[in-house]
Parts: sequence; structure tokens; C-alpha cells
Amino acid sequence: MTTFLGMPAGGGNLTGEPFPKAAREALGNAQLRRNLAKATGTIRAKRANVVGELPDWAQLRAAGAAIKDEVLANLDEHLVRFEEALTSRGTHVHWARDAGEANRIVADLVRATGTREVIKVKSMATVEIGLNEALAGIGVHAVETDLAELIVQLGKDKSSHILVPAIHRNRSEIRDVFRREMPGVDPDLTDDPRALAEAARRHLRHKFMTVDVAISGANFGVAETGSLVVVESEGNGRMCLTLPRTLISVVGIEKLVPRWQDLEVFLQLLPRSSTGERMNPYTSVWTGPTEGQTSHVVLVDNGRTATLADPDGRAALRCIRCSACLNSCPVYERTGGHAYGSTYPGPIGAVLSPQLTGVDRNPTLPFASSLCGVCYDVCPVAIDIPAMLVHLRGRVASAKGTTPESTAMRALAWAMADARRWRRLVRLGRFGRLASRHVPLPGWSTARDLPQPPKETFRDWWESSR
Amino acid sequence: MSARDEVLARVRRAKGPREVAPVPREYRAAGTRGPGDLELFAERLRDYRARVRVVAVDEVADAVAAALRDRGARHVVTASGVPPEWTATWAAAGTVPPSAPPSAPPSAEQAGSGEPVELSDPVSRIESRVPLGGDAREALREIVAAADAVVTACHVAVAETGTIVLDHDAADQGPRALTLVPDYHLVVVRAEQVVAGVPDAVAALDGVRTQTWISGPSATSDIELERVEGVHGPRTLEVVIVR
Repeated sequence: MTTFLGMPAGGGNLTGEPFPKAAREALGNAQLRRNLAKATGTIRAKRANVVGELPDWAQLRAAGAAIKDEVLANLDEHLVRFEEALTSRGTHVHWARDAGEANRIVADLVRATGTREVIKVKSMATVEIGLNEALAGIGVHAVETDLAELIVQLGKDKSSHILVPAIHRNRSEIRDVFRREMPGVDPDLTDDPRALAEAARRHLRHKFMTVDVAISGANFGVAETGSLVVVESEGNGRMCLTLPRTLISVVGIEKLVPRWQDLEVFLQLLPRSSTGERMNPYTSVWTGPTEGQTSHVVLVDNGRTATLADPDGRAALRCIRCSACLNSCPVYERTGGHAYGSTYPGPIGAVLSPQLTGVDRNPTLPFASSLCGVCYDVCPVAIDIPAMLVHLRGRVASAKGTTPESTAMRALAWAMADARRWRRLVRLGRFGRLASRHVPLPGWSTARDLPQPPKETFRDWWESSR
Repeated sequence: MSARDEVLARVRRAKGPREVAPVPREYRAAGTRGPGDLELFAERLRDYRARVRVVAVDEVADAVAAALRDRGARHVVTASGVPPEWTATWAAAGTVPPSAPPSAPPSAEQAGSGEPVELSDPVSRIESRVPLGGDAREALREIVAAADAVVTACHVAVAETGTIVLDHDAADQGPRALTLVPDYHLVVVRAEQVVAGVPDAVAALDGVRTQTWISGPSATSDIELERVEGVHGPRTLEVVIVR
């Protein structure tokens, strides 16, 4: 096992094809690259604009990082306090070691209500654990109500972005999905975003009014009060949280903040970083069952404790899923999210997914970056993603044991440890002029020319021309 | 070992030192920026394409009546604690004249199971505390689904972000479904409720209230990240600011 301290790894939708292979396929899709360049360009400009408006952005970012570190340093105590606050108000709290256990808990709760259909608020945790598939297994249809999740669900597609799962689709592709898959849709539906949103409204209105079980995630859980917070735009979240009799919220154990006051930081950092708005249209806060509802909270580990165990990797758990790093990443902009093979794509996915699953099950993701560092600059909780990528590359390399590369590096270290030895060896390097023309280095020389060693070493030139 | 004990044991094994540096709170804190700027608040709201009317204290009833008339509202729901005089002028003038076309599509799309209920009074007043158990919830759903406008007060509002916070435990703001299902939401905000920034609003609330923070009408950016107003929540938000 390559998770830290033998901590059990997470399962669910966190692995895919090796990144280089999947990225190569994605890069062949010109439509995808056009869609992504347009969308990420738009959102980057919006974000920069509203972040620039706040004179205290740097201070908010420092506070956001510190609050999350405070939670992680005493996560057990905060979890227990959160659980107490929830139970004392009548919410049922469940714990899940991994994806499978979380799915079983939710499936049992849903089965007990007798419903054949549930409505869902957009939730990364439930995509991560593969909840929809698990519910389908017991004959329950989970209806995604977020517009982008609905587009993905109707198109039998996969999410490619944390915030906008259908970012890889443009308006005419979405119109085609709706015309093909949405029951009772106007066959003359246009590709005007307004018309598409209206079609979704009509399609879901009846579900909101009749389905009696909802499943949500949570953006934040407040340990001291037991409050849950859902941040959204469309109102589908409010519909799901408000109208059904049973509400089941699936929450990763790292989603806590210690105090109610801490939301003053995150409710500024999150909307400006994610949709590039001063504030998102709707934020719901509820504490315990409200207005006659039955409420359940499922606290999920699924590899989070394995992430917590690595001192150089645990800061990835600060992530508030804003997606600013995806929107800014030159690699993500070209490959799109599917190439990462995980529910969490982009720079944060490249550090979070391998930690949740163990690097042995995601060995290519730490290399899916040019280390340009823009992800760190835009991260509202200051996760040093580039440093973490380098650290994880090290973990991947040491997990591999002895390879030709590691042997070569060890030989080089030996050669460079002594000045005279090094000098002699560098002189020998001139013979490499022959080798470079005739010896192919598979994998390396297919896309590059092997540089020719010079006729004379620098040291020899220096001594002769002094 | 139960899942709970095992997850907690894993956390204890995994985490580092318990000592943490205190959180640096050098950002603009609550109470340091004075009252909220009403002009900025109105500008931010308009930026979200909310409609804004700024009026004096004695003009609230007229402003509400004008807004509901312009909207073509026929049946209005409101929270039980909303001052009756806010909607009295509109109710006394009678509902929409038959010749005026409704500005919203017929509420049939909002119907859940079966036909929408007919509301006999122009104004229905809804209690905040919906009792546990099925019938009251059903009745509430039917009323809000049949209404075409909702009028409430608010708890606090943020000038910098154009945000209005509803406290659903307060009698003049109503249960959550009240301000969600009708397609048009009219909020009356008093000047002294407008604070400068988000920290001021968080300080004015506490985490055990059921809250909705509203910043403009329902919107989505899910198609090519272009903002479209009006998905599932009220498609029109109108704000009467009492200066």
C-alpha cells in the first residue's frame, strides 16, 4: 500500500485511464478545446474582476487557509462536536468508512421511505462515491436537478468540471441532448441558453413538487452549531432542501469549519473564486430538521484520513471545491476534465485523487501539470498545489522501487560527488557524440532530438583560453 | 469497531500536532466599516437584474401596491408577521382588472399533483412555524404553488454584495417554501438593516437560524458559463428599500 501509515484508501469514481493516454485522445477533439477555451476564458476574467474588488483578498485567503488547518489539526474533536450538535437537534448522523459503506447507508435510508425516485442537489461527494449507480442497483432513480448535472445525466455523459460538470458541451450540443432525451420537450427547442434553462425548469418543476426524498451534499458544516450550508445559483438546491419530507446529506469529513463566524471568510472566498460573482444567488443554512422534515447526515471518510496522514499532502483537504484552479490551468484548458479520469479533475484533482486512492492507483495524475504555479496563485485557501505535485511525484517514484531512471540518477549522484571523478567522466562524455547519432532512447527521442555533447568540455576550454 | 469509532481512530492516527497558530483575522471585520451604503446596495441589486424602488417610510404601501400592479399579481402570499398595511393598499384596490394581461405565465406549470387550488382571498398569510406532520406541509405547498407573488421582510442585507438574508424563524419572513415557489418575490428592506460587508451580516445572525441568503433572482451559468437569470427559484426579485 502506498497510502500513508497504511491508512485505508478510498474507492468510487476516482480513477480512470492513464492521463497521458486519455489526454492524447482529448487533445484530438477540436470542438472540446474550443468549448473549454471559451468557457474558462470567460470565467477567468470574471473571477479576476471580482477578486480585484476586495482590498483584503490576501487577508481573507490567509484566514481561509488557517481556519481549514485548524479544523484538520483537531478534526476528531470537531467531528464529535458536530455530531453532538446535529443529534441534539434531531438529525440522524451516520458514519461511512468508504464509498461502498456510504452508498449502503443511503440506499437503506431511501429504501425505508418506499420511494422509487429521489431528487438531488449537485454534490461532488455523491459523484465521488458513485451514489446514483448504487441507487439504480436497488431500483431507485436519482434525478439530478442542477442544470449542468442534468445535462450530463440526460446525455449519459460524465462530469468534466467541479462546478460546471457540462463545461465540455456547447449550447447546440446541449440542445441536441435535450431534444433527444428530455420527455415532453418542445421539438423546436432552440440553442438559446434562456430557452434551455426554461426547458429544464419545466422538466423539473413537477419533480420538485412530488418527489419526497432529497439527497444533498454540503459546502460547509459548522462544528459548534451543527449547521449545514449549501451554496448554489439556480434554486434547485432550495427546492430539494425545502420541499421533500426526507433529506439525506452526504458530507465529507473535511467539510467542517469550527465556528459560525468562520463563514464570514468562506462566503467571500467561495463565490468570487468559483462563479466569479460577488455572491451566488442562493445560500441555504439549516440546523437540524426544519419544517417537519426528517434529516440524515452521512459523514464520509473514503480516503480522507489517508490524505490527512501525509504532512506534505494534507493541505489538499482545505479545498472548498471552487474550481478556480481548473479554470486557470493551461493543462486542464486543453485536455478537459475527462482526461483526469477522476471525479476531481484539474490541478486539485491531480493532488487530491492520488491521495484519496493511494498513488499506486493514480500514478499518472501527479505528472499532469507543467508546474507553472497559477493554481496556487488563484487558490482561495492557498493550497500549494505545485509543491504537492512534486512531493507526490516523489511518492510515485519511490513506490516504483529500482528503475533504469533511478539507477541512472544514483550513478549521476556518485559521479558528481567528487570533483576529479566528475571531470574525468565529463571528458569521456565527448564520446557520446557518436552515441547520440546512433543510439535511440525510446519514448524520449521519438519527440525530441538528443542534444549533441560539445567537442570540448567547459573546464578544458576555460583552462586553455585563460 | 463501529464505523464511527474507526473513522475517528483513523483521524487520530493520521493528523499532525494539535497545536495550531491562531487564525489571522486581518481582513475587514464586522463592525469596522459603518452602516451599509444604500446606493451601493441598490446598484449591486440592479447588477443582478433585480428591480429596485427606493422610498420613504410612509410610501411603502404605495410602492408595494405599484409593484404588485405592474407585475399583474392576482394572489399574493405573505408571512404572518408582515405588517398588514404593506399589502392593504393593493388588496383594497382590488386585484388585477380582467383586461390586464398577467405578466407571468399561468401558474399551471407550478401545479404539483392535480389542479392548482383556487385562492379566494387576494392575500394569504402564512405562519413561520410549520407544524410537524403531513397536512400542514401539504396545505402550504398548495397555497404557495397557487400564488403568483410573495411579499416578505428580511433580517439583514449586505451592501457590498447586494445580498438579502431571510431568517425563516422570523414571523415576517415565513417558511422557506414561501419565498421559493412563487415566481415573483418582493422584499422590503429597511435602511437600518443594510450592513457594509459579509462579516457584518454573519455577526447579525447566528448559525442556528434557518436562513436563505439571496443575491438577485435565480440564475445559472451552466451553459458556456454565460449567466442566465431565472431557473428554479423566483425569476423576478424586486426590492423596496425604505430609506
